[in-house]
Amino acid sequence: MTTSSSFDDLAERSRELLALIESAGSLDELRQSEPVLIGKRSPLAAWQKSLGSLDAAQRAEAGARLQDVRRQVQTALAHRREVLERRARDERAAQDRLDLGDVVVRSVSAPLRAGHPGLVATTQRELEDVFVAMGFTVVEGPEVETDWYNFEALNIPPAHPARGMWDTFYVDLGEPETVVLRTHTSPTQVHLMEAAVAEGTLPIHAVAPGRCFRRDTPDARHLAVFHQIEGLVVDRDVTFADMAGVIETFTRAYFGPDITSRLRPAYFPFTEPSAEFEITCTICRGAGCRTCSSTGWIELGGCGMVDPAVFEAVGIDVEHWQGFAFGFGIDRCAQMRFGIADMRALVENDVRFVGQFS
Amino acid sequence: MRVALSWLRELVDIPESADELREILDDLGLVVEAIERVGEPLEEVVVARVDEIRPIAGADRIRLVVVDAGSGPLEIVCGATNFDVGDHVPLARVGAVLPGDVVISRRQMRGVTSNGMLCSSRELGLSDDAEGLMLLEGVQDRLGEPLHEVLEIASDVIFDISIEGNRPDAWSVMGVARDLATRLNRTLRSPRVATTHSTTMTTADVASAGIDDPYLCGRLVVSVVRGVHVGPSPVWVTRRLESAGLRPISNVVDASNLVMLEMGQPTHPYDASRVAGRTLRARRARPQERLITLDGVTRDLARAGRGLGDTGVDCVIVDGEDTVLGLAGIMGGAASEITADTTEILLEAAYFDPMTIARSSKRHGLRTEASVRFERGVDPELAPRAVARFVAILRESCPDLEWLSDPVDVRGMVPTPPTVELRRGDVERILGVSLDRDEVTRLLEGLGFSVTAGSTSLFVTAPSARLDVRHGAAGRADVVEEVARLHGYRRLARRAPSWAEPGALNSRTRLRRRVRDVAVDLGMYEVWTPTLVSDDEFDLVARGDERVRITNPLASGDSTLRATLLTGVVRAWARNVERGLGDVIVGEIGTVFTHPSRGGGRPTRGGVAGATTLSLPGEHERLTVVLGRVHDDAATAVAWWSVMADRLGLADVVVRSSDDMGGGLHPTRGAQLVDRTTGAVLGRVGEVEAELVAALVPGLRERRVGVLDLDLDVIADPARARRRDNDATVPSRYPSALLDLALVTPQSVHVQDLAWALRTASPLVESVHVFDVFRSENLPEGTRSVAFAIRLGSSERTLSDDEIRLVRESLLASAASLGATLR
Repeated sequence: MTTSSSFDDLAERSRELLALIESAGSLDELRQSEPVLIGKRSPLAAWQKSLGSLDAAQRAEAGARLQDVRRQVQTALAHRREVLERRARDERAAQDRLDLGDVVVRSVSAPLRAGHPGLVATTQRELEDVFVAMGFTVVEGPEVETDWYNFEALNIPPAHPARGMWDTFYVDLGEPETVVLRTHTSPTQVHLMEAAVAEGTLPIHAVAPGRCFRRDTPDARHLAVFHQIEGLVVDRDVTFADMAGVIETFTRAYFGPDITSRLRPAYFPFTEPSAEFEITCTICRGAGCRTCSSTGWIELGGCGMVDPAVFEAVGIDVEHWQGFAFGFGIDRCAQMRFGIADMRALVENDVRFVGQFS
Repeated sequence: MRVALSWLRELVDIPESADELREILDDLGLVVEAIERVGEPLEEVVVARVDEIRPIAGADRIRLVVVDAGSGPLEIVCGATNFDVGDHVPLARVGAVLPGDVVISRRQMRGVTSNGMLCSSRELGLSDDAEGLMLLEGVQDRLGEPLHEVLEIASDVIFDISIEGNRPDAWSVMGVARDLATRLNRTLRSPRVATTHSTTMTTADVASAGIDDPYLCGRLVVSVVRGVHVGPSPVWVTRRLESAGLRPISNVVDASNLVMLEMGQPTHPYDASRVAGRTLRARRARPQERLITLDGVTRDLARAGRGLGDTGVDCVIVDGEDTVLGLAGIMGGAASEITADTTEILLEAAYFDPMTIARSSKRHGLRTEASVRFERGVDPELAPRAVARFVAILRESCPDLEWLSDPVDVRGMVPTPPTVELRRGDVERILGVSLDRDEVTRLLEGLGFSVTAGSTSLFVTAPSARLDVRHGAAGRADVVEEVARLHGYRRLARRAPSWAEPGALNSRTRLRRRVRDVAVDLGMYEVWTPTLVSDDEFDLVARGDERVRITNPLASGDSTLRATLLTGVVRAWARNVERGLGDVIVGEIGTVFTHPSRGGGRPTRGGVAGATTLSLPGEHERLTVVLGRVHDDAATAVAWWSVMADRLGLADVVVRSSDDMGGGLHPTRGAQLVDRTTGAVLGRVGEVEAELVAALVPGLRERRVGVLDLDLDVIADPARARRRDNDATVPSRYPSALLDLALVTPQSVHVQDLAWALRTASPLVESVHVFDVFRSENLPEGTRSVAFAIRLGSSERTLSDDEIRLVRESLLASAASLGATLR
């Protein structure tokens, strides 16, 4: 084979190569042809070798043509492989086909083994039951909120320093920082009050459990995604004393009769007067331990009388209505009740962990 | 905020112990995050004189030092070299215990005995200085005396107090002391202040001040202080600063910082010779203006920020030539700072609009001790007193100080302290307990409120420091909170309220509980998987779909709101497979999201003041179950679903095979769950696509994995997912007739459709069940045999053979109408 003649029939031979590729009927066939197409035994390799014997001008010209052919072959090969793979997948799928309408349910046998609800779900359920027994209705709100519900209607205007209390995930919709993943369940308060005003259904006695988000690196005590339960009472003459009573009743009902609660002053823009509530340390039962920094108390949540500014934002007359609100972590309740050292176990989803709760 | 007990005790008598004080502070809402004890006496650490230094044979890093600590020569091995014979150094004798529980004992090194240790300042816990031994000055005649006595180190307790956002007045030692004095009913002492000097010149003769924008700067007080010698502060000043966590810099800067810590008023000293025209003016920064702040960073001013409604307002201080000197209330510029050569100071004490400072601080990412206080609101009436205190402190180190009289005092807009009317019964109405009127008055007056008694009301005017107190009903709540706080929350009564309305779960919660209970009974382990996923994870089942993105994700792994639970649940299963626990069913009930542009957006009130309507992402609740037990497949999933459908009381849902299963499901082994009457799709059932399993569970490609994916929003809606009839049917007392029919049925006819046709063929048909589906080459092409067990009966009589025959005929006629014939 002389170099000149071999490059002369380059065009024709490349058409043969492409035809060979197209004729491959299966992935196996294609794989078998590969050495002849692009391998050491392929004409491409032979041409490549013979380039060396050409003079510089010819070499450049032949090299370019060769490069072109190589590209064509490789493209055709890849394309054919894709077609055949899709065909093989479709064939497999067709063979595998099962008309689920034909499944005879009565003849399906499956092992019998109990499952387990998630710890958060179980905890939430118990908390809901406690509050329902106390006369609260259970409601829910959305996880994506506008700035209005998550902040502004709660008396936290834009740029308010109190916004620093919440590390916020912003959702990329509309103007910057107008849509958020709710940082707490408190926006549900606003929805509830707006709806009650619109429908004339005051008073409100409700709890709202749900998932919240904070832009915070998870650690043993905090997860970026977590669950809270929010309480809201709006009635003619409910007071701070009623709020303290509700929290105490709940504490004993959920944690047990030897656990009590106490309030200490705090600041939340949407309540005034505001308080944080602490409960007897569930680890040491009040004796003092490392978990409670030897104080015998653990902080559980926040509460307070609904701030008149919030009532004003939702159009409730402060001369006739008064209210209180509270909120705390569902996951944290579970953590304290079951002595879970590291919250991250809750999202590990190891069935040996889930299987401990019912 | 770090507050030293010794500092508090200077302002108010506190015989209580640190632990008792902590309880009181907590109960006042001044929550103590941590307590640090400093300056505890170090036993057996004494002053020693270096008498001799000798090399040790074979050692070049340590030397033998002979010291005298008042009782004759003592040999100590020492590695430091920063001292000479005749110097005085601290000696920890054998038996001393140093910070970190380091016990000093007699040790042998290189054949010599070390009878103690010579110490650096850090080893004694006195400072961070570890560069050689601590050298003691002026202690020649105090050999052997305890170090803490010689240095007059007082032990102290530092409280790290978290100050709430509505307590601008508590950002100072004075503020904390005021709360304590009121709670404990004790006298509050004021710090010593200076008066201006009578000179021939007034401040206005040499300096001037101005406010261009009265909304940004409410007050600007400029003083001139001459005869300054920049140098170190007195020891008591540096100790106080260090107790609060601040580093001493120079007497001028330290005095400014001390006033801020003590009274809560930030001040800013300028080198007067470096301020053109000795003029300070507050104005709004203009676009394109720049400033190099003290931290060396170049700041672009007046640029709109990302925050909602942030138009980029910065307040700056400029000099007489309109050059920007500093970012007002946040940080000064480098060009006018105090240097070692400064002899004359312009001192700025101001009130800036809190919101402006808050926005600027956030926008420039610059939080300083000053900005933290200004953004909460500094008492607008505090500036003159703060300057007088500054001068009093600085004069201790600069006795020749001259403070020019009549500081220039320019005013802009400051909030007017509100007067709140507390009507009779207001306290009780909010707190649920009534408090003695005199006690209310005493508590409020202790905090600086002025109280005027009307015939039935108290008129309460907030002090200028209490910028948090509002007007009207909100102000009433603010004042009542102060009363309750000082009285003590723990002393207030509590009462369990009751009301007429009954408690109840909402219908979604009831449905969710039912769904979860059934799923768990059927073996599901409930998991909780991430709401935020990566783009790649999203693309695994919803390639290219428009998605809801997070603007500021923590990591790329949480940049997108999930559109399905499937990948999360498969991943949770995969994790258990890796741990050898994969023979299990896992599932999740949770929310998935759709981009509002894909339909189903939620119109929601939003924007500034909630004045506009935004379309938020659709939120949909789903149950997604992955059946990963060894023999699970699409058929198990269908059986699983049939139990679920039964327990949910659904009327008639058809498992309708589909080749358009959507992302993540096997293309030919899936079905949609369709309400026969409404056509609503309740979910899908089938197997997880092999490629998805391979992507998430490496090495498990050949395993079939069943899946059930339910749309709880549809299931919750009885108009779409119809429920069974509510009326009970009492079974007939007469015996039923049982009929088995094997029907050769075209492939195209759905078994459940055929069953429905049979069920409705005659009122005497009680129930229809499929018990076999069978394919064979002996059957006509494109058909299969479906065997039904049919129960016939009447509530009125036992059916006769004739009746049964007639029903059988109508059954066959119904079957024939669908192309099914008796086998």
